[in-house]
Amino acid sequence: MAGVRAVGILSRFATSKYSRLSGHGHRSLSMSSSLLARTYANYEIKDGVAVIRINDPNSKVNTLSKPLQAEMTEILEEIWGNSAVKGAVLISSKPGSFIAGADLNMIQACKSAEEVTTLSQEGQKMFDKIEKSPIPIVAAINGSCLGGGLEFAIACQYRLATKSKKTVLGTPEVMLGLLPGAGGTQRLPKMLGIPAAFDMMLTGRNIRPDKAKKMGLVHQLVDPLGPGLKSPEEATIQYLETVAIEAAKNLANKKLSVKKEKGLVQKLQDMVMGLPFVRKQIYNMVTKKVMGQTKGLYPAPLKIIECVQTGIEKGTTAGSLAESVNFGNLAMTSESLALRGLYHGQVACKKNNFGSPARDVKNLAVLGAGLMGAGIAQVTFDKSVRTILKDTTVEGLTRGQQQVYKGLNDKTKKKAITSFQRDTTMSFLTGQLDYRGFDQADMVIEAVFEDLNVKHKVIKEVEAVIPPHCIFATNTSALPIKEIAAASKRPEKVIGMHYFSPVDKMQLLEIITTDKTSKDTTASAVAVGLKQGKIIIVVGDGPGFYTTRCLAAMLAEAVRVLQEGVGPKKLDALTKGLGFPVGGAALADEVGIDVAAHVAEDLGKALGSRFGGGNVEVLKTMVQKGYKGRKSGKGCYVYEKKSKDKKVNPGVEEILKAYQLKPAPSVSGDEDVQYRLLSRFVNESVLCLQEGILPDPVQGDIGAVFGLGFPPCLGGPFRFVDSFGADKLVQKMHRYEEVYGNQFSPCQLLLDHAKDSNKRFHK
Amino acid sequence: TFVFRMFNIVLVDGVRTPFLLSGTSYSDLMPHDLGRGALQGLLNRTGVPKEIVDHIIYGIVIQEVKTSNVAREAALGAGFSDKTPAHTVTMACISSNQAMTSAVGLIAAGQCDVVVAGGVEFMSDVPIRHSRKMRKTMLSLNKAKTLGQRLSLLGSIRMGHLMPELPAVAEFSTAESMGHSADRLAAAFGVTRVEQDEYALRSHRLAKKAQDEGLLSDIISFQVPGKNIISADNGIRPTSMEQMGKLKPAFVKPHGTVTAANSSFLTDGASAVLIMSEEKALALGYKPKAYLRDFVYVSQDPKDQLLLGPTYATPKVLEKSGLTMEDIDVFEFHEAFAGQIVANLKAMDSDWFAQNCMGRKSKVGVPPMEKFNTWGGSLSLGHPFAATGCRLVTTVAHRLQKEGGQYGVVAACAAGGQVFLPKYTYAQLARADTEYSRGATVQVFLVHSFGLFSVHVLCMKMTMCKSVQKHF
Repeated sequence: MAGVRAVGILSRFATSKYSRLSGHGHRSLSMSSSLLARTYANYEIKDGVAVIRINDPNSKVNTLSKPLQAEMTEILEEIWGNSAVKGAVLISSKPGSFIAGADLNMIQACKSAEEVTTLSQEGQKMFDKIEKSPIPIVAAINGSCLGGGLEFAIACQYRLATKSKKTVLGTPEVMLGLLPGAGGTQRLPKMLGIPAAFDMMLTGRNIRPDKAKKMGLVHQLVDPLGPGLKSPEEATIQYLETVAIEAAKNLANKKLSVKKEKGLVQKLQDMVMGLPFVRKQIYNMVTKKVMGQTKGLYPAPLKIIECVQTGIEKGTTAGSLAESVNFGNLAMTSESLALRGLYHGQVACKKNNFGSPARDVKNLAVLGAGLMGAGIAQVTFDKSVRTILKDTTVEGLTRGQQQVYKGLNDKTKKKAITSFQRDTTMSFLTGQLDYRGFDQADMVIEAVFEDLNVKHKVIKEVEAVIPPHCIFATNTSALPIKEIAAASKRPEKVIGMHYFSPVDKMQLLEIITTDKTSKDTTASAVAVGLKQGKIIIVVGDGPGFYTTRCLAAMLAEAVRVLQEGVGPKKLDALTKGLGFPVGGAALADEVGIDVAAHVAEDLGKALGSRFGGGNVEVLKTMVQKGYKGRKSGKGCYVYEKKSKDKKVNPGVEEILKAYQLKPAPSVSGDEDVQYRLLSRFVNESVLCLQEGILPDPVQGDIGAVFGLGFPPCLGGPFRFVDSFGADKLVQKMHRYEEVYGNQFSPCQLLLDHAKDSNKRFHK
Repeated sequence: TFVFRMFNIVLVDGVRTPFLLSGTSYSDLMPHDLGRGALQGLLNRTGVPKEIVDHIIYGIVIQEVKTSNVAREAALGAGFSDKTPAHTVTMACISSNQAMTSAVGLIAAGQCDVVVAGGVEFMSDVPIRHSRKMRKTMLSLNKAKTLGQRLSLLGSIRMGHLMPELPAVAEFSTAESMGHSADRLAAAFGVTRVEQDEYALRSHRLAKKAQDEGLLSDIISFQVPGKNIISADNGIRPTSMEQMGKLKPAFVKPHGTVTAANSSFLTDGASAVLIMSEEKALALGYKPKAYLRDFVYVSQDPKDQLLLGPTYATPKVLEKSGLTMEDIDVFEFHEAFAGQIVANLKAMDSDWFAQNCMGRKSKVGVPPMEKFNTWGGSLSLGHPFAATGCRLVTTVAHRLQKEGGQYGVVAACAAGGQVFLPKYTYAQLARADTEYSRGATVQVFLVHSFGLFSVHVLCMKMTMCKSVQKHF
């Protein structure tokens, strides 16, 4: 799960698509005169302080691109050469972005590790100069200050940040399989102490202004303003600038000092950190932890540790060299390529490609207050959408409302919202047992029991009370939407919205359209999903759609593996070894053995022997015995409260014995088992693309990673085929096919790619 | 059924105790003591027969738990009839405005002819509570039946139980203190520290002048029981820009602009007014000081516009009565913070603000400073929250009389709570206004604003009647 969550944070790391388009060829013209306006950055001198304003004209956010760096260097030279300038302020003219990071395209364009290393060294040089600036430079941060932007800021002498909700600081490079390559690994440990610096760089987490101040990442905070004589955004930037100029002046005339009295705890920590064996202990501990979490599948965190260690133990020069060389090498790894691909993919999946819907969904009703229904309500009403949560029993409704309240109350406890915000937000939710108010609904999402007859009954009941424009969305994980829509009087308004549990944590939403679903219905469903903060893939209808289908194929193989005598623990270790955040057996327990059995049977019927492998009876027997997974306390494992070490359910071992299969030695080595699991998943994905269930490989990768936990380091099934080689994969599959039959027959599209190595899913 | 009456409503007179810095001479009193002082003072000054007072309404913000209906305790103590009902209202800094407009409503609805309204605030003592945990234990202790139960409850008390709970200084909805909000507001309107200090200094100087010239005639002396007699406000302290400039920001550090010197201070004080239907006042032989003509409450976003109510409400009440800024002779705005007043003045002068935040075509327009708070304001006289409204209204009446003006406006901003006024109150007052427009009239608007999800502005017009002689 950690991997999926980690990639999720990427959403903050924005980059410019266009910044490369406008070259800086004409820049030489402006070299001669400082008065000539520049494109990316400009400055004016106010009261002896140079105010440098960054504003990328081609993008919503500022990125550290080559032309920006070039202009910045010119400006700094001019300022340093001007004796009238006593200090400088670095600020962005964009309301939501200070500098959101390095320009990813700049890295993408490099052909070799050496090229990237050179980029890194240029950045290092520029920031070193800034650090040694003869006049104080104040970074005035409003909006995202990430990656290279943060490295720029920490090279400055003083940092101010607004408390705006948009202001976040962080080093998300690790999420992209990279490291902070412009001095970050060298400056952060000195500034924050080794443990805090590791935490920041290894998790890549976003740091809010209050926390940044506490950590010592920024010196001073400025409140965002409301509307005054200008818009709140403009007013806030101007206020920040005014305060920053004052700070720069005070730094210049020594009224303000950056040196802070160290507290006792800080002094103690420094003393302890001064001991070489303590530091060594820390490096070892952190490395162990990283290895435990990444299984060694992600090289970037280890390189970050290496750079920090080199910097501290051998000096900054050696550290910086290690940083730039490692940065270059990492940029060329398949892991970084995969993670960067996912980043671009999820940006693409946060757009509505179906246009704006004819009407906004302002009133939404959710049917069924179970885990799913309540989860869907939970991510809806807190976006100021009036939401009805309907169930058929008081007990069900109460449980659902408690789940919803708990979600908000936890946020209150974490101080993300005030208790007052919690209460006003709750006012957007109505819990009820009847259909009152459904005549106002713009969309109904049903999350009732997965049974076609129940769904048909519900759709008829609902259509009797909703207005004509209202959309009926069904949250099902496997029932074909066509079949559900068969009971509808208006199939053009019926659509599938497949959420993943727990809804408030899982980022993916799989939207399923039938050939009758209207474009406006789809646009509306996507709009609602985006409002709910989801990453969205839109796929065609069919048994299991996309995600469930791929997962079912892999689970069928997992059951066979279990039958062949590989225990649940070993199975989990093997799947996690591939980079899945949750092991195969544990995942089945999470999903629910009953659900898995249901899906396996349905898909087996619909799609034939390709979905064979494990015996469905294994799952069915488990359900009969009450081993329904985590929710019933027993599944493959026994779940006891507060017990950390999961025990394998002895009952399941018995069942597996009863259904024992003899493993074929030629394809049962650890690696082969892993590839059997992986190749069935991947083949099914490619088949979905071939059949047109999937519109494109990007959505296939995003769906697999964000919905099913497909290893992020592989970048998704399609990225995996590209980097692993379709021919190699087909070879392996043929080997398995010989033993097991058509479950391993590569689909035509995969065969095409295997034949022609120029064919790639991703350019 | 209500009988809607076409009466004019008049302010007969208003008084207040001296406003003192909290923790000074009043410090050993209780809120109702000060309320008693103001009410007794009103009785003495107007000579109104106790038995004709139909109702008493009193405002307070920080309630003393022992006297939760402080109106009743103060009225009985002041010698009002025990047959006169009394109730307490609260609406943050415009609590006594709420008391006055409630009185207007009662008269307009035909329920009453003579109403006393007022307010008291006593910041020298505030209710500090045991922690919730401790309260829970103590309440359970009451119910415990056996010694064993009691001992086990006592045994459950931990250090955490002993932390006291102070009255909240922050807005409940936004968790932001008002000073902090004022500092951000000042910044949003580009109000500098110097501008704020200058405005605060002006307030103190004008208050001092008014005090020296004996213009603050609404003050009645208050004898602190068993101690000396207090006859004057003690918070007026005109200093110099230089001295004010030395202070550090009080809320936003280190770059804030709101300081102790340019904010209103914690104050103890009480006020009261006598409001009647005109018919009744004339029948009793009074010469009322002003007509109360109209009022409006507005509310807006409690986060960024907490203190901007006056800007929203002033044009609303003017337009309602067909008047313009030029028609107004006297402005009395509550000064919560110098930064808040200057921000409001800038907002009123801004086309951008009018167009983008108020949905108006052009700016509201700024009141001329020579008509604005010329006898000092809350910054210098003090601001006992629930007593300020009556001070503002009485001051407008006195200034209109002294300066010979015709119309006046009162505005105040407040936090926390909200009120909707029934429509008929508006209609009634508006009609009364047109009827009187043929005579020589002096009008006062009361504009009070209110920061919350919604802000209320209260606005009243007062008309002075010259034709009526006062006989006793």
